[in-house]
Amino acid sequence: MNAAFIFDVVLAALVFTIATWIIAARDAFSAVVGFVAYGLLLALVWVELSAIDVALTEAAIGSGVTGMLLLGAASRLRKTEPTAVSVGLPMRLLAAVLCALIAAALGFLVLFPPGTIFTLAPDAMAHLPETGLRNPVAGVLFVYRAFDTLLEKVVLVLALVGVWSLALDRFWGGIPGLPVFEQPNTVLTLLSQLLPPLGIVVGIYMFWTGANNPGGAFQGGTVLAAMWILVMIAGLQHMPSTDRRMLRLLVVLGPAIFLVIGLLGFALAGSFLAYPPGYAKPLIIIAEAALTVSIGVTLGLLAAGPPERMARR
Amino acid sequence: MSAVTLFGLCGPALVGLGLFGLITNPQPLRKIIAFNLLGTGTFLLFGVIARRGAAAGLGGDPVPQALVITGIVVAFAATAMAIALLLRLFQESGAASLDSSGPNDASEATDPS
Repeated sequence: MNAAFIFDVVLAALVFTIATWIIAARDAFSAVVGFVAYGLLLALVWVELSAIDVALTEAAIGSGVTGMLLLGAASRLRKTEPTAVSVGLPMRLLAAVLCALIAAALGFLVLFPPGTIFTLAPDAMAHLPETGLRNPVAGVLFVYRAFDTLLEKVVLVLALVGVWSLALDRFWGGIPGLPVFEQPNTVLTLLSQLLPPLGIVVGIYMFWTGANNPGGAFQGGTVLAAMWILVMIAGLQHMPSTDRRMLRLLVVLGPAIFLVIGLLGFALAGSFLAYPPGYAKPLIIIAEAALTVSIGVTLGLLAAGPPERMARR
Repeated sequence: MSAVTLFGLCGPALVGLGLFGLITNPQPLRKIIAFNLLGTGTFLLFGVIARRGAAAGLGGDPVPQALVITGIVVAFAATAMAIALLLRLFQESGAASLDSSGPNDASEATDPS
């Protein structure tokens, strides 16, 4: 038993313990704090499973942005917690047995997998040189399964439309209800002045290096969104009203350009989302650049929530 | 037991825990958190399948890894939507409860008699 394995055992035990805490914690706020820590530990698990791209996504989205949304909701709903009706003991026992059975069945599949291991890795690598990309995960996302990736970006835009549509009628097109802490000379102000220059460089680098190394439009865009949210929360930048045409254009820019490139595939390469030989990488970089901007803006707006104030006139 | 199997068993455990929280926890926000936990458990199972499919000089099969990335993004979009719905419900009714009898009866419902 070597040090690396001991690290893995401790990591798995920590992940399981924090997961139990998330479910068992008395108040929602503690559960959310646990969830953020859990996401970061899970990112380490992904590193141990040689999935660096997934680790970056989990840390940025699964822990970071989701954690921020949950924290906001938990603080708003704090007063309602004591009124919740609890579930009786027989029901709990029944649920525990059911869940243990499901976990056991899945665990059985992990311990005794089918004889032949199915993998698409050789196929993915065989055609990767034609695309000009060197990161196989980017190859899968933007070449082999580009349709999935396009729809995923559309889902984000739809989620934003859904969130906005929950605004009261009189606030439609107004300013999102993200709380702002406008206090000069606090740590928040200092950080929101120090971090964004670094964060913007890191975000753009992550998108740029994504073609050849772990990273990509999504991870880069999330870092940009985080910087934007930080500056807005610190009150250094006013939150834009959601009826601004420029803002809405930025939200759909990425999916629209990706869609146009996909439609060009009909004319130039014979099918939807196919790239003409030799032009795959430049086209993917163009799509990714636009997607990075759109993802940054969309995630920032999703985190800011539905409009809750009238637009400034 | 290898590290991959260890994390492979972590996945089902997380699915079980998440499902338990989803069923037994009465608060909608806690249900959303539990559902996310269930999701991460499923993703971890995919990760183990990807790791076992390591071939062609890669540390794992890139196809399931890419599927998980898409999954994390879609899970986030659904969570954002669910939280917005929950906060709107709270705004409308003054309570964040899935109890169909309405927020006013919630205090009576806690009373076993």
